[in-house]
Amino acid sequence: MSALLEIKQLHAGIPDKPILNGLSLSINPGEVHAIMGPNGSGKSTLSYVLSGKSGYEINGGSMLFDGQELAEMTPEARAIAGLFLAFQYPLEIPGVTNMTFLKTSLNAIRRGRGEDEMDAASFLRLARAKSKALGMDDDMLRRQLNVGFSGGEKKRNEILQMAMLEPKLAILDETDSGLDIDALKTVAEGVNALRSPERGMLVITHYQRLLDFIKPDVVHVMAKGQIVKSGGPELALELEKSGYAEYSGGTEAPAGGREAHA
Amino acid sequence: MSEAKAIIESEAKASIDKDTVEQVAQFGGEHYKYGFTTDVDMDRVENGLSEDIIRFISAKKDEPQWLLDWRLDAYERWLTMEEPEWAHVDYPKIDYQDLCYYAAPKSMEDGPKSLDEVDPELLKTYEKLGIPLIEQEMLAGVRKVAVDAVFDSVSVGTTFRDELAKEGVIFCSFSEAVKEHPDLVQKYLGSVVPKSDNYFTALNSAVFSDGSFVYIPPGVRCPMELSTYFRINEANTGQFERTLVIADKGSYVSYLEGCTAPMRDENQLHAAVVELVALEDAEIKYSTVQNWYPGDADGKGGIYNFVTKRGDCREDRARISWTQVETGSAVTWKYPSCILRGDGSSGEFYSIAISNNLQQVDSGTKMIHLGKNTSSKIISKGISAGRSSNCYRGQVSVHPKAADARNFTQCDSLLIGDKCAAHTVPYIEAKNLSAVLEHEATTSKISDDQLFFCQQRGLDAEEAVALIVNGFCRDVLQNLPMEFAVEAQKLVGISLEGSVG
Ligand SMILES: Nc1ncnc2c1ncn2[C@@H]1O[C@H](COP(=O)(O)OP(=O)(O)OP(=O)(O)O)[C@@H](O)[C@H]1O
Ligand SMILES: [Mg+2]
Repeated sequence: MSALLEIKQLHAGIPDKPILNGLSLSINPGEVHAIMGPNGSGKSTLSYVLSGKSGYEINGGSMLFDGQELAEMTPEARAIAGLFLAFQYPLEIPGVTNMTFLKTSLNAIRRGRGEDEMDAASFLRLARAKSKALGMDDDMLRRQLNVGFSGGEKKRNEILQMAMLEPKLAILDETDSGLDIDALKTVAEGVNALRSPERGMLVITHYQRLLDFIKPDVVHVMAKGQIVKSGGPELALELEKSGYAEYSGGTEAPAGGREAHA
Repeated sequence: MSEAKAIIESEAKASIDKDTVEQVAQFGGEHYKYGFTTDVDMDRVENGLSEDIIRFISAKKDEPQWLLDWRLDAYERWLTMEEPEWAHVDYPKIDYQDLCYYAAPKSMEDGPKSLDEVDPELLKTYEKLGIPLIEQEMLAGVRKVAVDAVFDSVSVGTTFRDELAKEGVIFCSFSEAVKEHPDLVQKYLGSVVPKSDNYFTALNSAVFSDGSFVYIPPGVRCPMELSTYFRINEANTGQFERTLVIADKGSYVSYLEGCTAPMRDENQLHAAVVELVALEDAEIKYSTVQNWYPGDADGKGGIYNFVTKRGDCREDRARISWTQVETGSAVTWKYPSCILRGDGSSGEFYSIAISNNLQQVDSGTKMIHLGKNTSSKIISKGISAGRSSNCYRGQVSVHPKAADARNFTQCDSLLIGDKCAAHTVPYIEAKNLSAVLEHEATTSKISDDQLFFCQQRGLDAEEAVALIVNGFCRDVLQNLPMEFAVEAQKLVGISLEGSVG
């Protein structure tokens, strides 16, 4: 089986500051991987480098998505190829309604794939159904994109976009932070609904409780820009108990907010 | 004299992230899709301005003596005036003797009776511009739009005249109005914008060639949108049109003007005058989509757009609303204004002004509160990209007798890249203590993060900019007649093409 995402010895960072130091990771279709790791270990950087945010330099290694080298693609081409990033900090676009944004995005991706744009009626039906499934009312669709949204609403909105775009690989960057327990369940249901044998997910989180709802196949520990340990779901439980002390030399706070040198 | 006057000038230069700056690419003239020229035999007078030229234009149009005298008086005054220099624009001195003041297609000489007789080349021009000059059967649900098409110095034709005439609405070229409705023209011409109001109005009053005339009788709600499309085609000519709209008591009209010109390496002058008169309880909505050729990426060519537009709410409870989408021209100098004379009258100004490359815009409005209980609202959205300069200049003045005047001004600037500039120059003058005047201003820029967010959702950089800018302009776009809002949205995207890489 060929991997959906194959990262090999990736070195990347901002000018004069290496952040990812020879990171390797492989995700097969149908798998859900979780990445945990201390603050500043490079988790968001990995998500940005994969999705093509400007400002980062790639200094070595490769990242193949569906056999294509991501580094050679524009950010929009990566999105069109089926890579989706749910942002840790979703952006606001004043004056653009959620609905308009979703429609522009969906149609840009369809056009990019050589498909016809979706007609207005079908789009409306789809958007309503998906937002309802995520417990969002129609009012949210009419509001300006993320403007005045609460932290949790913004995160939920990211999942709505993911549900609309049905990507091949979804990277969720701390989608659980800021969610109350009910929202966490709904969001997890949204994510689980997308699980399929063709799709892959990379879930970045600090908390084991998300993984109670979204069962990962593989859990990775990231520290100082590398994957330092990988294992099954039990690894997340271990981390919850003992923190990252053994990986980061005790300088970082552990998950769950406990002291490293308890 | 007690006068409270506040002049605030705020300048903002974008400090955008380095990467966007690197992405800023130049946009060549090829994006301007109206840049073609029409090849027809033209009747053009020799270059230069003199009493003889004015007599020639007047004779060409078979004008009555009073109008010739009016023109000559304007010319006398113009000779004593100086070109204004206070605007935040910079352009080489214009040689007024090196311009052509009258150019018209030869085929228009015999005065075609109807559109069927108009030279097909001319009709094709408007077809290419997407302007219907045929009274087509409209699809169900789509409102009709009557069009007056002005080509260089003459009106080519006006549609739906008969249908409008049934309601008593007069919609025709200015030249025809002079012939067929001389009383109305003589009564209102220059009554809002005096001949010698400024340098360019004096020039226009002396040499104006054509334009549109609208009269809506008392109590009539004009049954369709009225619109005029101005096209400059000839090289080295100026276009000096004149528009006069009169809404009689209790009437309503919505009017739209559009402007395009071929791409040429030399600059061309457009100095128009628009006068609106709204009588008791009447309402005029005037929308402009100005897309004159802006010049190329290096600032070569383009139209100098020096326009005076003013509306007079002459009687009680009259309402005038200006909406403008300004994307074209090399230099724009334009301040659509409202004189709120009648008690309870109101004026509105909604503006989107986009400048890219080396375009310069100095635009805004004046709201002059004279009557009691008058109100005005100003929503201005300025977008600067490239190395352009974009200045909002607005004046709100409240006369001593204008009790309980209200104004709300919202003035937002958006910057794309770090080589452009935005300026805001509001003048506020309140001579009556009961006035309530509010002014809000913001300056923002498109962030790299916003662009990346959109790109991650499949939009390319240009689509992303167009989406974000359209969002920024939403309050104004919503005010355009539905027929033109979609067009305007696209135009916003097109005029910013190349502003990011
Ligand atoms: N554009 C940037 N400029 C300066 N430093 C940066 C930039 N991007 C990332 N860094 C630095 O790189 C390191 C990794 O940051 P990153 O956001 O990837 O961490 P993270 O693992 O996602 O942390 P958290 O758990 O807090 O979200 C941090 O030290 C951060 O300050
Ligand atoms: Mg992070």
